[in-house]
Amino acid sequence: MVTPTRKKDRIDALAASSAEPDAGVSLAASAWRTLRRSPVFLTGAVIIGLFVLISLLAPWLAPQDPSDPMLIDQVVKARNEIPQPQDGHPLGGDLQGRDFFSRVLVGSQQTLIVGVLATLIGLAGGLTLGTLAGAFGGWVDSVVMRLVDVMLSLPSLLLAFSISALFARPNQYTVIVAVAVVQIPVFARLLRGSMLAQRHSDHVLAATALGVKPGAIVFRHMLPNSLGPVIVQSTLVLATAIIDAAALSFLGLGNPDDRIPEWGQMLGDVQNVFDTHPHLAAWPAGCIIVVALGFTLMGETLREALDPKSRR
Amino acid sequence: MAHSRTARRRWTAAIGLTGVAALALSACAQSDRGDESGSGKTGGTLTFGAAGAPKLFDPFYATDGETFRVARQMFEGLVGFKPGTADVEPALAEKWDHSTDGKTWTFTLKENVKFHDGTAFNAEAVCANFDRWYNQKGVAQSEAVSQYWLDNFGGFADTPDKPSLFKSCAAKDAKTAVVELTTSTSQFPSLLAFPSFSMSSPEALKKYDADNVVAAGDAFTYPAYANEHPTGTGPFKFGKFDKANNVVEIVRNDDYHGTKAKLDKVVFKIIPDETARKQALKAGDIDGYDLPNAADWAGLKSDGFDVKVRPPFNVLYLGINQLNNPKLQDLKVRQALQYAINREQLVKSQLPEGAAVATQFMPPAVDGYDKSLKAVPYDLDKAKALLAEAGASDLTLKFYWPTEVTRPYMPSPKDLYGAIAGDLQKAGIKIETTSKPWNGGYLTDVDNGAPDLFLLGWTGDNGTAHNWVGTFFGRTDNRFNTGKSPWGKPLADALAAANAEPDAAKRTKQYEELNKKLMEEYLPAIAISHSPPAIVFKKEIQGVTPSPLTDEKFGSASKG
Amino acid sequence: MLRYTIRRLIQLVGVVLVLSLLLFAWLRALPGGPVSALLGERATPESREALTRQLGLDQPIVTQYFKFLGRALSGDFGTSTGVQPGDSAMEIFLQRFPATIELSFLAIVIAIAFGIPLGYMAAKRRGSWFDNLSVGGSLIGVAVPVFFLAYVLKDSLSSVLGLPTEGRQDAIDATRVTGFFVFDGVITQEWDAAWNAIEHLILPAIALSTIPFAVVFRITRAAVLDVLDEDYVRTAESKGLTAPTIRQRHVLRNAMLPVVTTIGLQTGALLAGAVLTEKVFSLPGVGQALAIGFERRDYPVLLLLIIMATIVYVVVNLLVDLSYAFIDPRIRTR
Repeated sequence: MVTPTRKKDRIDALAASSAEPDAGVSLAASAWRTLRRSPVFLTGAVIIGLFVLISLLAPWLAPQDPSDPMLIDQVVKARNEIPQPQDGHPLGGDLQGRDFFSRVLVGSQQTLIVGVLATLIGLAGGLTLGTLAGAFGGWVDSVVMRLVDVMLSLPSLLLAFSISALFARPNQYTVIVAVAVVQIPVFARLLRGSMLAQRHSDHVLAATALGVKPGAIVFRHMLPNSLGPVIVQSTLVLATAIIDAAALSFLGLGNPDDRIPEWGQMLGDVQNVFDTHPHLAAWPAGCIIVVALGFTLMGETLREALDPKSRR
Repeated sequence: MAHSRTARRRWTAAIGLTGVAALALSACAQSDRGDESGSGKTGGTLTFGAAGAPKLFDPFYATDGETFRVARQMFEGLVGFKPGTADVEPALAEKWDHSTDGKTWTFTLKENVKFHDGTAFNAEAVCANFDRWYNQKGVAQSEAVSQYWLDNFGGFADTPDKPSLFKSCAAKDAKTAVVELTTSTSQFPSLLAFPSFSMSSPEALKKYDADNVVAAGDAFTYPAYANEHPTGTGPFKFGKFDKANNVVEIVRNDDYHGTKAKLDKVVFKIIPDETARKQALKAGDIDGYDLPNAADWAGLKSDGFDVKVRPPFNVLYLGINQLNNPKLQDLKVRQALQYAINREQLVKSQLPEGAAVATQFMPPAVDGYDKSLKAVPYDLDKAKALLAEAGASDLTLKFYWPTEVTRPYMPSPKDLYGAIAGDLQKAGIKIETTSKPWNGGYLTDVDNGAPDLFLLGWTGDNGTAHNWVGTFFGRTDNRFNTGKSPWGKPLADALAAANAEPDAAKRTKQYEELNKKLMEEYLPAIAISHSPPAIVFKKEIQGVTPSPLTDEKFGSASKG
Repeated sequence: MLRYTIRRLIQLVGVVLVLSLLLFAWLRALPGGPVSALLGERATPESREALTRQLGLDQPIVTQYFKFLGRALSGDFGTSTGVQPGDSAMEIFLQRFPATIELSFLAIVIAIAFGIPLGYMAAKRRGSWFDNLSVGGSLIGVAVPVFFLAYVLKDSLSSVLGLPTEGRQDAIDATRVTGFFVFDGVITQEWDAAWNAIEHLILPAIALSTIPFAVVFRITRAAVLDVLDEDYVRTAESKGLTAPTIRQRHVLRNAMLPVVTTIGLQTGALLAGAVLTEKVFSLPGVGQALAIGFERRDYPVLLLLIIMATIVYVVVNLLVDLSYAFIDPRIRTR
């Protein structure tokens, strides 16, 4: 067995892990048994759990309004002074005199939204293309997969940069679209592979024989069995989306309006003060690293657990 | 279109040059600057960190600050700016005189001046240059190419429908050139100090096909003269542009007619990233760079660097557009906005050391500045009262601010917008925010009158008041749409009359009165601040005088 | 083999044509387009219209595209409006490509030099603290935004190591032959110039190498683990062969296959990473041109550079596939 190295092969290998629909239940069950005992998976799960919890509760947890420049009188650009940590402001203020602690907390919310929306859009686009290709096969398959291969033949981060640059006026939605579109081909190939593998399986053949409509077969029988690989890929995409969004901000392709904080933007926007106010970069960067790591840990362990080969 | 030609020119230096100083002018290094040459050592190389690559080296076609910075070391004009000021002083012309109607100008030229290619500079060369500019053909007439000419002189020889300020040039004798204008303007002769109008060797212009601008695909390509053979009279000659290493080199002109440069070479190293420039200076890789971030000044000073703060020569204003919201045609509402903005605080927290609250739309160094005007203080209650009086307590305004740009008067638009919007909201004004890239829709929207409020400013080209208030309010269909108010037309007429006044003292008086009216009776916008940009060098670099026009000459500089 | 190569190359041409058409159409559809880029905020309706005519932008988009294709076939992809206005996009690419190749090459060398030995050691000691630590490290490495790491390196290491933080070379008199500064320094025997250029590459190359390093490490580890399980290794062990012999003859040789291909496939990550790294270190390569191009919306340059990036990426992938088949005879028989 050779470890898959190409993007395509990797995706196909992942798709193949859903290829045993009849063993689906036992596979999921045994995967869950493995994961429950895996300290790596649990670490990831705890990180992500906390992250989701904080982002949901952020508006109540944050001591201040993150968009109110309440400490502006302590900002003196000429002397490079920004508000120091003080009562009610444990991390001080940012360059505009807004409470930095509240911004970091509330930043989790927008970050989660960017990650989740990017994944959902990628998934929805991939689902459409993958279902078309996987369910119908034939020339539809060829056309769709050629298109997917064209997209996969571009470096994904570079593609995200290019898509953003094509928008005349960047905002929070263009960022999401840019990091989402590059995921569409990945999900498409994943779902198509998974469905191809199931097309000749007993339960699909049985459903077809019973006269179940093709659409119903896809949604009731094929998709649920593809869920495993999709979840794995989604966790990995969540990590990438957050990091990619930061890179977009860094290149000036991100959302220029920063009243509602987002970690990637907070990090990308302070590039000129990395050396003089490192904490302004370190906090969002640290948060991004921890959360991305959390998603990666979950994704990788999930992948291993679902991969029959690695469960020896 | 909604603004004067000069108005548009001011913006152009910003095209694609975020963080780069605006304009700057003239390439003259004076021969009689003995006091500055002082004790500096001869020889050595000065390495200067530039924020971007010069577009080309022929200043006539240039629009970008990086080209001007290099060009003003190699070229000189008939007149120049006195170091450290916006005052005109002799350069290649020793003296000049004009007829009483202000239309005929006689320049007496300096003698024994040679271009870098060894040909002589004389009155014929002067007229050859004027004729070259006036006779641009085809795509070279495009605004994207001969921008400075179009903005300052107007049309060309073969565009009779587009009048030109320039009429003719005649060489009376070798050292006397007579320039005829079609009308009188306060801008002449100081506009000749722009680097765009510096003197090139007519021989070299011809030899290297200087006027052969070609439209290629989506842009223009320039001839050999502009890329490899710029030939002026300045203290430095063109060396090379090593594009692979992103380095421009100019070398000492040993046949210079004035005090020769001390440095053997000036190297412009292109470092687009702001923090990278700072680190390169600290690591000793470069000897200086332009426009250090105001937040870094203190740190650089304490590290032993020489932060030279230029005299503030710009203005930041909050533009008010009267076109869409009739409430904004009410003086009380505009005054309320002025009271509502805590400009004192804004200047203190957001702007560099030495920045000041503006009392009018031009800085003190400009002729016609009214010293009697005082800054209106922050007064939230008064703002609310005025709004109530005008029946505008539930005012909602569309506030535009630009992204992807920093200007010397506007170091961080996002932060400035944040502070101003916060103040206005405190006064009960609702804000609808739009942000757009500076070159990607912001300026177009502002010109098309889309916003109610917008952030903009100006860096002066010269010390004439027309360059400031004339640019802003000289037409009624300007960015503020002052024509919507009854005073818009009289204001524009008065500004035009002042500009055409040949007598300097009378002119100054007229501008002072206009400034007073602008602030007390018209208030077409809120003047916010003047902020000084800086340039930083290592301690061992001497002899560079910071200029309000970013017109720093390296001819007088020395290292060690 | 030949047929396969030709088919892939034809596909590449198709991809490039589709991509260029898409990009071209989108760019033309943007409000303003090249005219705005050139005139900027100064555009008046009159000047805008005049320039539109001068540049032939008033013609139908299909006509424009074919004109563009015609020019493109002769190497003319348009003129830069922001990165280096007036220069042809191709010129900019050719001038800057060597810098990016040098940088990527050094980054890959670093990734291999550390990734393979660490991966091998981690696999041999599977489950040990060393294994866990290095696996954890490689996961964190992927989670750190590249540009943030680059800044951290620049701020922390440059003064300690005395390394330059911007540019390709100091402004020294160096002879330019190929555009590869290190190589030029070597062939002209200007050792100072070569060393100076290497010094400028070290920090950016470290920053750029993190992701390839993490990938090479993990692939090596996984491949070695796979191979260690194979019968032939167990046989070799039971035969009583010495550890170094097993390592060289059986484990490494077989594990190298996926590793070699992975290295080639990192080109994509390197190209995107170069945009960020070259921006942080003001290194005048293709990545910096892209970064400036994005910032200033220099569409002719972006169009060419994105197409070139695609070509490089696809060609490297093709080469990897070919070499893969060459190294592993099992594939050829497929």
